[in-house]
Amino acid sequence: MKDGKLFSIGSVKAVKREDIPKNRSAIIRISSVALSLVFAGIVLLFFDLNPFTVFATIIEGSVGSASRVQQTIVKAIPLTIASLGILVAFKMKFWNIGGEGQIVMGALAASFVALNFGDAPRPVLLLLMAVASVVAGGIWALIPAAFKAKMGTNEVIFTLMMNYIAIKFVTYLQYGPWRDPNSKGFPKIPNFSENGLLPSLFGVHIGWVIALILTVAVYLFINYTKKGYEITVVGASIDTAGYAGMNIPSVIMTAMFISGGLCGLVGMIQASAIEKTLVYGISANYGFTAIITTWLARLNAAAVLFVCIAFAMLLQGASFIQLAMNVPAAVAGVVQGVILFFVLGSEFFIRYKVLFTRGKSGSSEGKEAR
Amino acid sequence: MIDTAAIRMENITKSFGSVIANDRINLTVNNGEIHALLGENGAGKSTLMNMLSGIYRPDSGSVFVNGEAVEFSSPRDSIKKGIGMIHQHFKLTEVMTAADNIVLGQRGGFFTKEANLVKQIAEISDRYGLDINPRKKVYEMSVGEKQTLEIIKVLYRGARILIMDEPTAVLTPQEIDKLFRIMRNMKEQGCAVVIITHKLNEVMEISDRITILRKGRSVDTVLTEDAEIPTLIEMMVGRKVDLKLRREPTERGEELLRLDGVTVIDSDKKAALDDVGFSLHASEILGVAGVAGSGQKELCETIAGLQAAEKGRIFFGGANILGKSPREIIKLGIRMGFIPEDRLGMGLVASMDIVHNIILKEYQNQKGIVLRRRPGAEKARRIVERFDIQTPNLSTPVSKLSGGNIQKVLLGREIDSDPKVLITAYPVRGLDIGASYRIYDLLNEQKRRGVGIIFIGEDLDVLLELCDRILVLTDGKISGIVDAARATKEEIGFLMTGGRI
Repeated sequence: MKDGKLFSIGSVKAVKREDIPKNRSAIIRISSVALSLVFAGIVLLFFDLNPFTVFATIIEGSVGSASRVQQTIVKAIPLTIASLGILVAFKMKFWNIGGEGQIVMGALAASFVALNFGDAPRPVLLLLMAVASVVAGGIWALIPAAFKAKMGTNEVIFTLMMNYIAIKFVTYLQYGPWRDPNSKGFPKIPNFSENGLLPSLFGVHIGWVIALILTVAVYLFINYTKKGYEITVVGASIDTAGYAGMNIPSVIMTAMFISGGLCGLVGMIQASAIEKTLVYGISANYGFTAIITTWLARLNAAAVLFVCIAFAMLLQGASFIQLAMNVPAAVAGVVQGVILFFVLGSEFFIRYKVLFTRGKSGSSEGKEAR
Repeated sequence: MIDTAAIRMENITKSFGSVIANDRINLTVNNGEIHALLGENGAGKSTLMNMLSGIYRPDSGSVFVNGEAVEFSSPRDSIKKGIGMIHQHFKLTEVMTAADNIVLGQRGGFFTKEANLVKQIAEISDRYGLDINPRKKVYEMSVGEKQTLEIIKVLYRGARILIMDEPTAVLTPQEIDKLFRIMRNMKEQGCAVVIITHKLNEVMEISDRITILRKGRSVDTVLTEDAEIPTLIEMMVGRKVDLKLRREPTERGEELLRLDGVTVIDSDKKAALDDVGFSLHASEILGVAGVAGSGQKELCETIAGLQAAEKGRIFFGGANILGKSPREIIKLGIRMGFIPEDRLGMGLVASMDIVHNIILKEYQNQKGIVLRRRPGAEKARRIVERFDIQTPNLSTPVSKLSGGNIQKVLLGREIDSDPKVLITAYPVRGLDIGASYRIYDLLNEQKRRGVGIIFIGEDLDVLLELCDRILVLTDGKISGIVDAARATKEEIGFLMTGGRI
């Protein structure tokens, strides 16, 4: 309470809230979405677009038909699994910004298996690819984790840099040693064999089943296992974890292996079901977007699922309006950005109270005195 | 009638969210007066003073300084009206000299004439009986010197009204005497001094009048010469409290723990513990006194296995446990309880509920990978009942409990594990009087059961009354171990400064 003041600009002060009733925070969240639509609408007017048509088209484009729903789900799958991975790290206050690289490395390992053992029976091949991707993504995350656990390096910079190493390495493979000799000079890695492709269920590749299972699994892991408990304690206070006799380096490395492994699996799913091969852009920003969705879900695995579906709708709707209304990609990006800005901004108002203080004589005097 | 009061605060109300920190408080402080602001933690003392120093603004009510209505929107406004606050945590720049710190952030030219400055500092020092070397760097100063510097700093800025927030908390008895002399000098010079504290003996010694706050309200203002400690406590707490600390008369038992030549080097390559050796017996409370930062934290954490030591040995039941991790110590079957100084930062997880905090040290004994809550829940229920912990239910995050109840969760967990040795670092810090005495009772109860207790304390009166022996730490060295029944405060104070005053 003593250090309750966050900052003050002139006569405006932001104070940390002690607690906020549930319905109050719901009102803030709903009104932030409403406000974002109003604001996005104004922006759209500048582009000579009817905001109502645009919003309707976004909804239509994301859930308007069976195939569009499928498209939305296809986007929700990698986002959900990557978010679950990020969640495990964030729960420990380990800021894993390396989801992108872990996805890429997972895809690389899965592709190595698919390209070299393409004749293996389908279940065996897919299982091998999945295991390879989890291990590769896990190891990619384990490197910064080990440095952090042993030498106290900063994980934000480290994981971020690891992204570029992974992406550039795959780019090199795509343009160099792994390039398909039959592609007539086009820099492309050969497609996987039929056995290396994920099957579909109800029109969408079975990644959605995996995502659902993993959501439940991560939820149970964090809340009902000893490791999950240790991760939460380390995240809350390293000193307390040491006091309780936990092996902190081991907790950090286990959690990061799981985090990176989940992201790695995203790489396998995308390579196998979407691209049917390895491309350097395989991560498609899911590793970064997952940071936002995880945060919006307030590190709750169940909430991750819903947030990711909502976010996928936004992604799918935005790409749909580009085609359907012939809107430039930038406009779709602006709409997305505005909505995100307001939704993330509302979290600030939920956590902090803004006060307008009477700044009459006092503050002008204060200015004089500089 | 001319208003001669240095400060008059009328009907001051301030709330933070749903918490009313100050509820229509009235306070008058006269010039040439030392005024004590007395109250338990959370009574609203600091909030009230922060409004006087311009850090907070009151929701309603008025403030008059020397009869003039004022409204502060920043600490700068408050300083301009001659009000200076000495915070509990010093706001000094360590690498700079005393003189640099005094002019830091002041208006005026970029360059200050150092000769002038030194002269001004000397003038102020003379007038109030302060003593400081303007060219000494802050990091070379003792806590007492830093406080003196803070006082000169506000006086240099023209303060005639001084607010001191718990100024004696970090001082040795000798330094406290010196501070009180300075305060009396200021009073003679016509300054108004407000001292925030909850140490009653000091209030009786130094103040002219006392204003008592309780739960955000002003209870009364009394003349110190008419006041008596029991009535003051009653006003602070709101009910009669039986405050009798007693030393449990027990027979000292076998040796439980022995430290031998323990040396700990901190990150600055300084010896945080220097050749420390002593033994702890069953059925005794061994107090540890010392100026804050004399190695108390390192002592506790080294025994608990959280701090690596350079050399030495720690014997517990014949085994050397130095260098073993907490986990290894638990595995050896050694039952040791540890109440760390920073309860929510080390002993407990603030965001977790009582059950998950109770199982913190024993969940690893569960088999398999699943975390079972039920055994913890039963234990938690038992501890809540036994220690009378006030909580809505067992799923309440401990951060939502009051300070006293948080401490009882921690102490309860450690006592419930049936320890042979209990290490407690400042176990009553931040607790109100009633809760503090409940903790002392619990420690005495453990002592009767044969537990050996290390009690790191800050209040010498409490140490002298509660403990059997008192070990005094100075700069990481043991400067003496005295029999508490025969020692005096002065002796301990002498040892705290390492025998050099």
